[in-house]
Amino acid sequence: MASIDYRAELAKAGANVDSRWAKLRFLARRYPLGAAGAVIMAVCVFAAVFANYITVFDPLSTNAAFSLARPSALHWLGCDFMGRDVYSRIVYGARISLVVGIGSLGLGLTCGVVIGLTSGYLGGWVDLAVQRLIDILQSLPLLVMALLMTASLGPSLRNTIIAISIALVPSSARVVRASTLSLREQPFVESAKAIGMSELRIAFRHVLPNTLAPLIVLATAQLGATILIEAALSFLGLGVPEPYPSWGRMLSESAAEYVRTAPWLVIFPGLAISSIVFGTNLLGDALRDVLDPRQRS
Amino acid sequence: MGSYLVRRFGLMLLTLFGISVIIFVMLRIAPGNIADILFDAAGFVDQAEKAQIMKDLGLDKPLPVQYASWIGGLLQGDLGFSYVTDRPALTEILPRIPITAKIAGLALLFAAVIGIPLGVVSAVKQNTRLDYILRVLSLSALSMPAFWLGLLVLMGFVSYFGTIPIYSDAPQSFGAALVMYGVPAAVVGFRSQALMLRLTRSSMLEVLRQDYIRTARSKGASENVVNYHHALKNAVLPVVTLIGLEAAFLMGGLVVVETVFNIPGVARFLVEAIRWRDYPIVQNLIMYIAIIVVVVNFTVDMLYAALDPRIKYSD
Repeated sequence: MASIDYRAELAKAGANVDSRWAKLRFLARRYPLGAAGAVIMAVCVFAAVFANYITVFDPLSTNAAFSLARPSALHWLGCDFMGRDVYSRIVYGARISLVVGIGSLGLGLTCGVVIGLTSGYLGGWVDLAVQRLIDILQSLPLLVMALLMTASLGPSLRNTIIAISIALVPSSARVVRASTLSLREQPFVESAKAIGMSELRIAFRHVLPNTLAPLIVLATAQLGATILIEAALSFLGLGVPEPYPSWGRMLSESAAEYVRTAPWLVIFPGLAISSIVFGTNLLGDALRDVLDPRQRS
Repeated sequence: MGSYLVRRFGLMLLTLFGISVIIFVMLRIAPGNIADILFDAAGFVDQAEKAQIMKDLGLDKPLPVQYASWIGGLLQGDLGFSYVTDRPALTEILPRIPITAKIAGLALLFAAVIGIPLGVVSAVKQNTRLDYILRVLSLSALSMPAFWLGLLVLMGFVSYFGTIPIYSDAPQSFGAALVMYGVPAAVVGFRSQALMLRLTRSSMLEVLRQDYIRTARSKGASENVVNYHHALKNAVLPVVTLIGLEAAFLMGGLVVVETVFNIPGVARFLVEAIRWRDYPIVQNLIMYIAIIVVVVNFTVDMLYAALDPRIKYSD
C-alpha cells in the first residue's frame, strides 16, 4: 500500500516542526517581516520592563549645565533644554507608550467584545440599537473622538487611556459581532442549546473563543494606532502630562523651535514612535496572514 | 433604489442626531467650564459675578434647554458666541474653513496621484525586490506620526533653505502659495498615499487572478493593456471608496500638521478651543467634522451603485 511520508514532505517544504523552537524558526523564515516586527516589539517591551537597568540617568532629573547638550559618550542621545538625558527619557517613554497602548487596547477591546458578543448573539432590537450607536461613534475620526474625550475628561495618564479606549470600542464590537452572527448558526451552538446550556454560557464559553483570531489581528493593528494617537494627543498637550516622559510630549516641547538648534530632540523621540508602530504593523500583517488565510496577499 | 435612498438618508439624520447628543453631553460633563477657567486665571472667585457670567452664557439653564437652543441655532446658521473672543462662533470658524479645505484637497490629490500608480506597480511586480521595497516603505509611512514627518520636513527646509515655510494670508506668488499649502498637504497626504498604495495593490492582485484577465491575455492583449485597461478599472472601486473615507478622516492628520506648520486652519483652532474649553467652538467644530464624515459616507454609498453596475440596491 502506498503511503505518504508527511514528515518528509513537510521537511521538504521547510516546515520541520518537531519542537516549539523549530516551529518558531519555521515561522520566522516563512514570515521574515513579521519576525522583524516581533523583534522590534520585544526590544520595546524589554526596554520598558528593564528601564532602570539599561539607563544611567534619571529621566526626570534636570541639570542646567547640560542644557541642550549634543549627543556625546556621556549622554548618547543628547539632553533637552532642562538638561534631562534624552536616552533615559526615551527608554522610560516606552513604558508610557506601552502602558497607554496596552491599557487602552485592553479596555477598549473588553468593552467592544462584550458589546459585539451581546449584540450579535441576542440579535433583534438589541442588535439594531447597538449597531446604530456604533455607527454614531464611528462617524468621528479616531483622533477627533479621542480629542472630544480628552476635552471632556481633562489631560491625565488615566484619562488618556480611557479617551483612547472609547475611540477603539466600535471597531472591535463590529468585528466580534460579525463573527458571532455566523457562529450563532453553527451546529455546535445548537447542540450546546440542546443540552440545556444557558445563553450567557454559550456566548462566552463557545462563541467567544472562536472570534479570537480576527480579534487578535485587529488588536495588533490597533496597538500601533493607539500609540500614534497617544503621541498625537501628548504632542498637542492634551494627553499624558508632565513629568511623565511621553514620546509625543518630548516632541511638543522641542517642536519647531529646536528644529534649527537641537535636531536630536526632534529626531530620536520620533524615531522611537515610528519604530514601535512599524513593529506592530509588521507583526499585525504577519499575524493576519497566519490567522486569516482568506486575507493573504 | 428610491426607498433605499430614503432609508439611508433617514439613518444619516439619526446618526447626526446621536452624535450631536454625544458631543453635547461629553462637553457638559467636563470638569470646569469657562467661568471656572476665567476665575482660576484671576486667582479669586466672586460667586455673584460667576453666577452672572453663567447666566449670560446660558450655562444656568437645564441641559435639554441648552441642547435645544444649540440645535435650533445650528439649523438657522447661528452657532452662538465664542466664550474666549466674544465674537460669533461663525465668524471665527468660517474664514478658517477654506485654508483647511485647500490643504485637505491637495493632500488627497497627492495621495491618489502617488499611491494608486505605485500600488499598481507593486501588484504587477508582485514578490519582486521593487514590491518588497514599496511594501516596506508604505508600512513605514503608516507608522510615522504626521507631526514628526512635519518636523522632519521643517528640518530639511532649515538645512537647505535656511528658513521654514511661513503661513501668510496673501502669498507673494503662485510658487509661494504652492509651497505654503503644498508642503503641509504632502505631509498630511503621506499616510493616505500609503493606504491607497496598499489597497490598490491588494485589489489589483485579486482582479489579476480573475478569468477575464486570463481571457484578455489569451487573446494576445499586451501586459500594459491588461494591467491598465482591463484590471485597473475594476480594481480602483475600493480605492475610490477609500478616497471618500480618507477625505473625512484626514482631519486627524490636519490637527497636528496645522499645529506644526502654524497654519490658522479649522483643525488647529479645534485644539486651541479644547484647551480653552470654549464650548460653542468645540461643539460646533466637532459637529461640523461629523457632518462632513456622515455626508461623505452617504455619498460614497450612493457612488457605489453608480460606479459598479453589479451593485444594485433592492427596494
